[in-house]
Amino acid sequence: MTQDKLDRLEHEIGARLSGLTVERLADVLVVHVGLDNLVRTMTRLRDDIALDFKLFVDLAGVHYPDRKVPFELVYQLLSVHKNHRIRLKLPVDEGVLVPSVAGVWSCADWYEREAYDMFGILFSGHPDLRRILNDYDFHGYPLRKDFPVTGFVESRYDEKRGMLIKEPVRLEREDREPYRQSS
Amino acid sequence: MEQRKEFQNYTVNFGPQHPAAHGVLRLLLELDGEVVERADPHIGLLHRGTEKLLEHKTYLQGLPYWDRLDYMSMMSQEHTWVLAVEKLLGVVAPPRAQFIRTIFAELTRILNHLLFVGAHGLDVGAMTMFIYCFREREAILDMYEAVCGARMHAAYFRPGGVAKDLPEGLAEKIRAFAEDFPAKIDEYESLLTNNRIWKQRLVDVGVVTAEQALDMGCVGPVLRGSGVAYDLRKAEPYDAYDKVDFDIPVGKNGDSYDRYLVRVEEMRQSNRIILQCLDKMPEGDCKLPNFKYSIPKRDDMHSGMESLIHHFKLVSEGFAVPPGEVYLATESPKGELGVYIISHGGSKPYRVKIRSAGFNHLQALKVMLPGHMIADVTTMMGTIDIVFGEIDR
Repeated sequence: MTQDKLDRLEHEIGARLSGLTVERLADVLVVHVGLDNLVRTMTRLRDDIALDFKLFVDLAGVHYPDRKVPFELVYQLLSVHKNHRIRLKLPVDEGVLVPSVAGVWSCADWYEREAYDMFGILFSGHPDLRRILNDYDFHGYPLRKDFPVTGFVESRYDEKRGMLIKEPVRLEREDREPYRQSS
Repeated sequence: MEQRKEFQNYTVNFGPQHPAAHGVLRLLLELDGEVVERADPHIGLLHRGTEKLLEHKTYLQGLPYWDRLDYMSMMSQEHTWVLAVEKLLGVVAPPRAQFIRTIFAELTRILNHLLFVGAHGLDVGAMTMFIYCFREREAILDMYEAVCGARMHAAYFRPGGVAKDLPEGLAEKIRAFAEDFPAKIDEYESLLTNNRIWKQRLVDVGVVTAEQALDMGCVGPVLRGSGVAYDLRKAEPYDAYDKVDFDIPVGKNGDSYDRYLVRVEEMRQSNRIILQCLDKMPEGDCKLPNFKYSIPKRDDMHSGMESLIHHFKLVSEGFAVPPGEVYLATESPKGELGVYIISHGGSKPYRVKIRSAGFNHLQALKVMLPGHMIADVTTMMGTIDIVFGEIDR
């Protein structure tokens, strides 16, 4: 987005959504929201004619194990008519219920399921909070930083028992990461 | 006495292995007679953990994973990744590389839409289309092979340009193809566009209004089929798209037939872009001359110590990317393909989130399917043009 467009959007946001911290990055505005004002802010962003964020683009969970509040949800919104974007960030603690925005945009449904599946972030008011990408009987949350790339279990077909079984992962080599980062 | 008949709904398991499912999709359909009452897509059968893998690979090593997301439009996926990494690095590819990438992104769009028309035709019973479309797909795959050595998983784009310049004679080959291609599209259209059976199966099936499309997060041809003229190539031009002239086709009714027409017209527009790019493509470098980011020329590596060191550093440790975050989206053939990268410095990303168009389109089936006949399920699966590589990631 061009800088004068960002200026204008920053002005509109400041005038309409009070009490929110707005951070300005090189090409996008980042609004920091809290659990209590998330749905209200989202609804305002969608319905206000000057903001017009009709399209819910993305929801990404991020895990920061070193932070006091270990998770963060990053929402990306887009207005196709005004052609501008915005990013919202929400810090989430382990086990805290995040209000679902599936009532604001129906496509948020699967994104929240994905955040639950990958990070174990819980949502309240979600129509159907189940695992989505991982297997039905999967244990753990794979995109957390403490989850190894190789996982904990591997499955194979057991000829004798005639069924699929799961066993702890056995690696041929200890270190599967040949380009371990030096920094 | 009052006579009562009681019918109970029954549930059908569509897939996970079904020829019309375009991959591994398990779709639970609750039926009332032949009418779908409720649809519940179960995805994830092709989940490979691409996002997790990307966190453990350098930016350069991560690139080939992108081919394998939407494995029917390979280079468009790479395009998103290289542009996002370039934005994080703060570099811009040289003009010739930008034009080459635009040409191949558009060839890929044609590649994808050909598969759409072919497979969609096959789904609703027009077998011939599939054979016709694969004839032209083959020609484009040959161009892929000429430029990078692989027919499908190209890994040709690089942050800062492309891997190699076009080989001799390829530009002429692409031009010859592009000059011929409109006649081929006419051929497809003569088979389908006014075909009575085709229209009976598509018109007024799966109608999505503009409001619904936005609410369900539809992008690309699905959103444009509903009459919203939004295309990232115009809205946020990248590479050479601001230097060429093309139109954005939009539909009127938002039904499957309009989405078909939109995609057919997009092929014509892509063809226009390719021809313009070939005319305007300048001479010069096709990757960054800064060898901190791009791999040096093979010839220099044989004689120069510097080049050898650069090459070794780049393929083992990778280049360091400054801390920051970026969300970048490109118009892939299926719609907005976005990537959100968080970098904490170093040569690997801290977090990568892939936003694929198909994820939302498949989700929209929950809204689109109820009320339709079971025979329309295959039409609907075809019209949203899904590939499970990008949905399951």
